[in-house]
Amino acid sequence: MYNFLKKNLGKINTLIFKEFTLELRRKSVFSGLALYLISTVFIYYLTFNLRQNLISPLVWSALFWITVLFSSINTIAKSFIGEKKGQEIYFYSLISPERIIISKLVYNFLLCLVLSCAGFLLFVLFISNPLSDSGMFLVTILLVSWGFSSSLTLLSGIASKANNSNVLMTVLSFPVVISILLLAIKITKNCIDGLESYSSYDELITLLAINCLVTAVSYLLFPYIWRS
Amino acid sequence: MKKNWWKVLSIVLLIYTVIGGFLFNVPRLTIVNETIRALYFHVPMWFGMVFMFLASTYHAVLYLRKSQTIYDNYSNSFATVGLFLGLLGIVTGMIWANYTWGSPWHGDPKQNGAAIALLVYFAYFILRGSITNNEQKARLSAVYNIFAFTAMVPLIFIIPRMTSSMHPGSGGNPGFNMYDLDSKMRMVFYPAVIGWSLMGRWVATVLIRIQIVKEKIEDLEDEQVQ
Repeated sequence: MYNFLKKNLGKINTLIFKEFTLELRRKSVFSGLALYLISTVFIYYLTFNLRQNLISPLVWSALFWITVLFSSINTIAKSFIGEKKGQEIYFYSLISPERIIISKLVYNFLLCLVLSCAGFLLFVLFISNPLSDSGMFLVTILLVSWGFSSSLTLLSGIASKANNSNVLMTVLSFPVVISILLLAIKITKNCIDGLESYSSYDELITLLAINCLVTAVSYLLFPYIWRS
Repeated sequence: MKKNWWKVLSIVLLIYTVIGGFLFNVPRLTIVNETIRALYFHVPMWFGMVFMFLASTYHAVLYLRKSQTIYDNYSNSFATVGLFLGLLGIVTGMIWANYTWGSPWHGDPKQNGAAIALLVYFAYFILRGSITNNEQKARLSAVYNIFAFTAMVPLIFIIPRMTSSMHPGSGGNPGFNMYDLDSKMRMVFYPAVIGWSLMGRWVATVLIRIQIVKEKIEDLEDEQVQ
């Protein structure tokens, strides 16, 4: 195990670093994403402007997680769709698929985390901060970002190989991430209602189990889509 | 004939199910009344669906290991039949819900889970439709099949059990245990499950054979062109 880590960690680090450099170099993508988030939340603000009391705990958590879901799908979709054909062949000859999927997973996890934190800040700014258990909410954000990145990364790989890949990405990912989304909405509602934290343990453990399952399956299946 | 004993068994069991399901005595329960007979048709559809999807995923794994076209063919056909059984299951469930819950779609967690499970496999067929290269289609859809099946397991087996539901068998509603009082219902239920599953397998084998013939015709046409 230690040897495996020692051998692979450096290369995976390089890959993650490469993703970051590329992302920062394409500033338009990153700022586009930020604008996407801001305008979505601003639309919520305008539509609910006069009726602040309409936003019940359930509505708040549903709005929040749906916003995060859609921006995550848009972001992760381009982790394979955006790459050029020649670039893929070059990587293929250079690195093993396991390293690529791990680096993509870690990078997408960080990206989702940034997205959901930014989304939360915007929600606090424009709508309200109804949370009474912030620690639990942070744990939820961590788990859900992990879940989204592990399920969406593989699907982006599948969708990139097909025609009309952007539509396909949404269609494929929606049924798969829905169980994560439902659990997240439920835990967030508990956080807002200020229930004791042990009342969400069941959901948290289920979320963790789903994440482990999906990550393991992504890791095992990725080499097969990479080969083509 | 020796090879086809299970087809005969399927027909015999299904005839028995239809006759027994409509004519045998059932326990009288409030609200549910005679609609309890839906157990013989609705629940076996779901069992059949799960078996078909399992078979589909199993063949997807085999395809990825051995990459022979025949396994992709199997996987596709089992998924088709599974989807069909799932649709029948949801329709029979809606007919039942119309009489006991008052409306065909009640937003029950189990109904929603079932609907999402069907969406997963609709997405599977859309994926198949949008890739032109045959080999790539087979491999990518096998990957999605395995992935979607694992993601579906918590959706239909775990989450509905964590939330309260009006569906029989959860949340204090009379479920399967109540039939312990009347084990006559089991005498029809289990044969019905086996009968419908075998019927599903039969339909799948016919689909597979049609597909093989189609591929052969395509190959022959290609040769003629050359």
